[in-house]
This record gives sequence, structure tokens and C-alpha cells, in this order.
Amino acid sequence: MYNLESLKSQLNQNASTSVQLIDSSLQKLEENKDLNAFISVLTDEAKAQALESDNRRQKAALHSEIDGIPIAIKDNLCLQCSKTTAASKMLENFVSPYTATAVQKLKDAGAIIIGKTNMDEFAMGVSSGSSYFGPVKNPLDTSKDPGGSSGGSAVAVAAKIVPLALGSDTCGSVRQPAAQTGIVGFKPSYGRVSRYGLIALASSLDQIGFFTHTVRDAATALSIVAGLDPKDNTTIDAKSDFSEKLGESLEGKKIGVPKEYFGKELDPQFKTQIEATIDLLQKNGATIQEVSLPHFSYAMPCYQVISTAEASSNLSRYDGVRYTYRSSEAKNLNDLYSKTRGEAFGEGVKHRILLGSYVLGADAFENYFIQAQKMRTLISEDFDKAFETCDVLLNATTPKAPLAIGESSSFTESDIYTVSASLAGLPAISIPCAKVGNSPVGLHLTGNYLQEAELLSIASACESIIQYQA
Amino acid sequence: MSKYFPVIGLEIHCQLATETKLFCDCKVEVNTLANKNVCEGCLGMPGALPVPNKKAVEYAIRLGLALNCEIDSKAMWARKNYFYPDLPSGYQVTQIGLIPELDHPIAKKGWIEIELDDGKTKRVGITRIHMEEDAGKLVHDLSPEGSHFDANRCGTPLCEIVTEPDIRSPQEAVLVLQKIKQILEYTGVSNANMENGNMRCDGNISIRPSEDAPFGVRSEIKNLNSFSNLEKALETEILYQSIALDAKQPLEQCTKRYDVVKNKTVVIRSKEDALDYKYFPEPNTARLITDPKCIEEIRNTLPELPDARRKRFIDSFDITAYDAHVLTIEKEVSEWFDEAATKCKNPKILANWIISELLREVKDLDGGLSSVKMTPIDLANLVNLIEDKTISGKIAKTVFAEMLETGKTPDTIIQEKGLVQISDPVAIEAMVREVIAANQVQFEEFKSGKASIKGFFVGQIMRASGGKANPGIVNQILDKIAKE
Repeated sequence: MYNLESLKSQLNQNASTSVQLIDSSLQKLEENKDLNAFISVLTDEAKAQALESDNRRQKAALHSEIDGIPIAIKDNLCLQCSKTTAASKMLENFVSPYTATAVQKLKDAGAIIIGKTNMDEFAMGVSSGSSYFGPVKNPLDTSKDPGGSSGGSAVAVAAKIVPLALGSDTCGSVRQPAAQTGIVGFKPSYGRVSRYGLIALASSLDQIGFFTHTVRDAATALSIVAGLDPKDNTTIDAKSDFSEKLGESLEGKKIGVPKEYFGKELDPQFKTQIEATIDLLQKNGATIQEVSLPHFSYAMPCYQVISTAEASSNLSRYDGVRYTYRSSEAKNLNDLYSKTRGEAFGEGVKHRILLGSYVLGADAFENYFIQAQKMRTLISEDFDKAFETCDVLLNATTPKAPLAIGESSSFTESDIYTVSASLAGLPAISIPCAKVGNSPVGLHLTGNYLQEAELLSIASACESIIQYQA
Repeated sequence: MSKYFPVIGLEIHCQLATETKLFCDCKVEVNTLANKNVCEGCLGMPGALPVPNKKAVEYAIRLGLALNCEIDSKAMWARKNYFYPDLPSGYQVTQIGLIPELDHPIAKKGWIEIELDDGKTKRVGITRIHMEEDAGKLVHDLSPEGSHFDANRCGTPLCEIVTEPDIRSPQEAVLVLQKIKQILEYTGVSNANMENGNMRCDGNISIRPSEDAPFGVRSEIKNLNSFSNLEKALETEILYQSIALDAKQPLEQCTKRYDVVKNKTVVIRSKEDALDYKYFPEPNTARLITDPKCIEEIRNTLPELPDARRKRFIDSFDITAYDAHVLTIEKEVSEWFDEAATKCKNPKILANWIISELLREVKDLDGGLSSVKMTPIDLANLVNLIEDKTISGKIAKTVFAEMLETGKTPDTIIQEKGLVQISDPVAIEAMVREVIAANQVQFEEFKSGKASIKGFFVGQIMRASGGKANPGIVNQILDKIAKE
């Protein structure tokens, strides 16, 4: 067993020191170097912090229950004095002058960041293959991609380099790679975790999420990181104990199954496994109920309009004037912009900037951006209706197994089942439930807004019923 | 001057007088080391987020209420996207929406009143007031290799006040700008100093052949930074447009600037070159929900505004409308007068002293009225001493000069210099008789009815008394002796 809980007990029972945990993490990282899960490794810093943690332990002055535990963070999370690249040539040499709130909370709790993980460039993608630093490989099958965009963080946990990694999820970028690497991936409600210091893709959708081996570990991580942040105007002031309902049975829990999520895009073998899981849960006391989310098929186009619009504006700051890459060919101001951005952004990023600029333009605004906003409201209302009768909604996290590295395009459909929860700002979690060949199948559960405790409780119950074997 | 009728609207940008920036905690400070007051937020670093400054919002609401606007209790922030090296994030956060559902500036639908030369007042509509952040500054003359960027000004809170096209002459435009500047000062919302650039104005102007004709094609003249430039630029543009229309040349909607040296308006860009700013709601800031109670509290704590103060000065101090106008143009002057007038036996005379003496002296002082050593109470006392006939008006001028110079009270100066007016008839009669004795011939002429020579005697007597003799009594005694 390798997870947050087990490492905690090792430390608590003096079976291991933080220094030993960090050493073994770094060793594991080295052994798995070919997976290309990390952009930077913070060896010296991590070792020094481990020593400090062990000292605290001796003095019984631990900062929290996860003090001394190795973790990894996605390279779009700012960490003071460290390179924060978002896997882009644009930020190849950007050293952040400040630390993201979520990262700071983990540091304050004594967690030790061993490195920053690889990802799709600016979190745009579903394969982690668009990184300027090369593609990430799936540890279950190194010819396959691990999903994305937080593929590096998923791999860091799946390969047991660390028990917890932070990712970011804009339309499935935590849940989808978790599903494809057979681990737990959890995205809280929009506003639950501060985005301060998270390099923005689409600000109204971005949310920091967690990769762990167990649902309980995800609850632990959320408890540390959640909360109102005076530096993020969109955070919610709603205190909650995310572990309090863990251990409850499925008895009386109402699980809704949206019928639109079982269309022809769903791999028949995946479908079989999900249906088998539904039966299993029903046998264990859950009430299963078919529901409808009628605007399902509009979710992806709606997402593409909103996310590219916001991204095109968010990425305007990378202009060659201050901290970014700067083209050496520029002869004038327009040159500086076009050459810098032309040379340093990858194809997928340019693609989205063009699309986003178009939908925000005066001629297209009402036909695209406004329509997408209206659709977003309708999608939210679909969920509101479903949650009148259900505690959570269940579907497959991805419609099919991961593709071979390099096959995934900029707009592959592997996040069609995760995007709606992002548009509605709802908490959602992927837990592994079965395997099709070498590929794990992710079970996706969506909770009602700010009902993380209930979602985690049901996910945890499912987890213990399913007994997934990696 | 022209057979055409101008239609003018103004856009006035003012810097809010907050201590910190609109979306971060950095200090608002000019004339300091370049890039001293910056953080990840106002530098547009990856991952930084904006958090609206409550004080700035309060100031904007206060301004809205002072301009009789409706306050939007669900105001929205929006992004205006464009590339320029002084704009770190590649967009400016403002409050403009392209469609009504997304256009929620903090305040709209207000009005102000201006006083025209003929004594009438005219109401000018305020379309909207929206908040936005300022950009940084590029410095081009620091080195030959390139331009340099100073981000101190990035994120400074601004309000843009847009008027309705209700203004009908450049002179009215100046009155509107003056009134808004006055209100900005009175409310403390902005220092409204045009020389320092914390207030500037764009003028939208078109002309038409008659007062009820449809509006003509307008030009927008950017960045007018003084009252006289506003007036001159508008006049020049009216002339330009008139000549074009006379020659049957079509006008094109465009953005211009005013060349002060050549007294010409110059096109910056035509309508075709107008940028698409791709406005959309700022996803990082929630709607600006303002509690109606909070708005009422701001309304109830609004300071006295210039119109009300002017009226009060006329009503309670019995001064002329003109004096009240002059005394209320600047908040500082009005407060100075107000403080002095409550302690003064004759506010009318006090008003004269301030307008014709004090303000003239202050004009050339760097610090303005606040650098004057004389206190309002001391000037009130000086006027009281004249009223009491303790000193003459002439002596008062000497005392006034000394007060300005040293800041001493009038009583101290009068005592030190022995300037108390001599009003004792016995003492004065002695002086008068002395002067008559020395000028017998002239006195006989005066006695025989040559009234014009009286001035000579008064002058002589005043000189003999060192200016201290009460001129009224001197006159009486002269007449009395003449009749003896």
C-alpha cells in the first residue's frame, strides 16, 4: 500500500523518517525518468525540508498530519523562486516571485514538494503530449498517453513517486488523466480552492484538483487546501469537514445515471464495465435512478467558446515585454508581439487563441460568446433538476482507453463526460472501477455544488465495494 | 462666430484618491523610484488575480451620488483587450459591456447644473460613470537602445464620467468640466489636479445647421489637460468642421488630438481603424454587489456640495451671488471663507478681502491657500477691527501684509507697531488745529467754500497722525472748525 495514510502511519510509528520518504521518492522519480512526468525536480530544497520536518517531529511540533510527506505540483502552479513554465517555451525561464495559495497551504502543513510536473502546454490538451518539454508516458503502458492536461501529476501518483499531487482541472484535466492511469482524481466545486497562483487557462472554469490513491487522501488534501482566500475574489466562504461522512454505507444513497452519457462514443467494453459497476453498487444498497441532462451534447461546443475566449485574453500577457521568452528577431513593436508569440506558443495554444479572439470579436460576440453563456446556464439548470432527486450522478470518466502517444489531437473527445461538471462549477471525482485490457476504466461521480463531503462519502463507499486492483 | 450649432459631450477621466491600487495592495504614488510600487498583480504575472479595492468602490459610489446618478448595486467588471507595452496583462479591467445585460457601470443616469453668464442654470446629463484601472508608463528618453517600462501607475483606480451631448458651446463645456472638478474636490473622491494628470478630458463634438437638426458627424478630441485647451480645441474643431461643411466636404468620424502649438486638431485614427477591444465580463471578479444600506450610508455622509454651499453662503452670510460663486470654486477657499465668516462681524467685507486681496496674493504661491501663514480667524478679526473702528481700512492693508508675511495675529501687529486708530475727538482736534495753523492761507480758501481743498487737509492730518487718525472724525472736526 502506497498512499498518504500509509506514509503518515510510517512516520507516526517511526518506521520511516521524512528524509527517508523524500529519498525514496526522489529515487522512484529517477527510476521513472523515461515517463517524463517532471519538468523540474527540487532535490536540494526537498531534502532540506525533510530534515526540518524530522526535527519538528522530534520536538513534537508538527505542522499537520501530513508534515514531512512528499508531494508534487503541476508546473502551472507558482512556487516562489522556482521555475514555473506551464510546459511552454514562453515561460521556459520564468521564475515565480510568489507562491500559489493552495501550494502555500500545503507547504505550511509541512508537505514537501519534490518537483513540478509535466503537462499540456498551458493546460490545453487531453494527452500531456503538447508539452514543450516532451510528452508524458503512461506508466501502465508506456506507448500510451496518460491523459491530460495534468498528466505529469497523474503519473507521479500512479507510479508511486508521491502519494499526492496537485493538478488543475478546466474541463477534466484532473479526472481524465486519473481515469487513464487508474488512480483517484478529484475536482472540488468552483471557488472551493483558491486559484491564486494557478496560471490561468479559462478563469471561470479552472479549479485546482488532487491526484491520490484513495478517496480518503483526496478528502485530506481538500481539507488542507480549501477555503476563502482574500486574494481570490471567486473563492467561497463555506467551511466544511470533508472527511466527516467517510465510512458511511451506500444504503439509501440515490445515484443518478444520466442517459445521455451512454451514447455511441462510449466504448462498448467501457460501457459493460460501467454497467457492471452500477449493478454492484445497487446490490450494495444504492438506489439507482436514470436521469436526463438534456443539454449534454452542447456542453463541449459551449466549453470551447468560453474557454478559448477566456484563454485568448488570459494569454495576452505573454507578450515578450517582461518576464517571457522574447524573440531576438523583432524589429518593431508588432514584430515583438507576433514573433515572440509565433515562436514560443505551440500549435494547440495558437489554435485556441485564434478561436477565442474570433468569438470575442464584435461581429461574433453575440452569436458565440453570449450563446455559450446562455447554454452554460441551461447546463447548470439540468444539474439542478437532477439533484432534486439524486445525491450524485454517475457516468464513465472517459469514453474510451487512452490513445497512443502522438495520436491525440488538440480537441480529442476524451473529456466529453467531464466537461459539464466544470461548466456548472460542480465537484466531481474519478475513481478506478475496472480494467479493459491494460486500460483502467474511470467511474465519474458528480456531486451537487459545495456538497464535497457527500460526494466523497459516496465515492469512498464505492471505492471499498469495487476493490479495484491496480 | 459660426452659422453652425455645436453639440458637445465630455468624457472625463479622474484618478481616485485612494491610498492603494484598484486590484492590489500596492501604494498609489507618483514621482517615486520606477517600479517601486508593484506586485505580481499589477505586473500581470502568471496566476495573479484582481481583488477590487473597497475604498475605490466607495469613492465611485460617492461620486455617482454627488452627480445625482443611479447606483448599480450589481455592477460588473469587464476586460478591454488590447496589446500595448504599458498594459502588463494585455487587457484593462473596466466596466463596459457590449450588450445591455453585460453593461453595468457603477453609476448612470445623473445630472449636474451649470450657471450660465445670463444667470440662468442649465442641466447637463451624466450618462454613466465607470471604474477602470490605469496603465503604466513608457519612458522613451532613458537610453538610446530602447524604451523602458515603469509600472508604478499600473492599476491606479480611475473613474470615467461620460456626459450626455447636452453641451452647446465650448464655454459651456468649460463650465461643465469646472463643475465636475469642483464636485470631485468637494467629495474628496479625487485630487482632480489637471496639471498632475489626475484629471483629463476628451471632447466629443459635432456641428449642425440649426438647433433642431439631427446631430452631425462627430470627432473625439483626446487628452485635453486644461480648461483653456478644452475651450481652444473645441473652438478650433468647430471652425474646422464649419469650413468643411461650407465647402460641402463630408466629415468622417474620427479620433483626434489637439496640437497646442499650432492650435490645430490632428487626426489620430479614423473610424475604420477603430480597435475591436473584445469586451467581455472579467471572470476573476464576482459582480460588485453593493448593499442598498451601504449606498444610503454613503448618501447620508456626502459632504456639502458646491451648489449647496454657494447657496448657504448667500443665505447665511448675505454676500453677493458673484462673491459666493468665486468663493466656492475651490473647496479649500470655500472652507477658508466658511471658517472665517462664522467669526466675522461683516462677512461681506471679509469676502472682499479674500477675493481682492488674499486670492490675488495666493495666486503666485506654490502651495496655494494652504501655504498661507494667515489663519481664517485672524482675517476675520482684522475685518472685525475695521468694523470696530479700531483701525482704518488703510492701516488694515498694512496689517494684512504683515499677517501674510509673518502669520502674526492682527492684534499683535497693531500693538507692536502702535497702529490703533485714533478716534479720540480731543486728540484729533489738536492735530487738526496744528495742521490748520501751518496752512492758514489754504484754510481760508476752504472756509470760503472751496470744498476741493478738504482732501488736502485730510491728507495732511492723516500723515501727521501716521495714518492712525479716524478719517471720519477728522472730516467732522474739519467741518466744525471751518464753521467756527
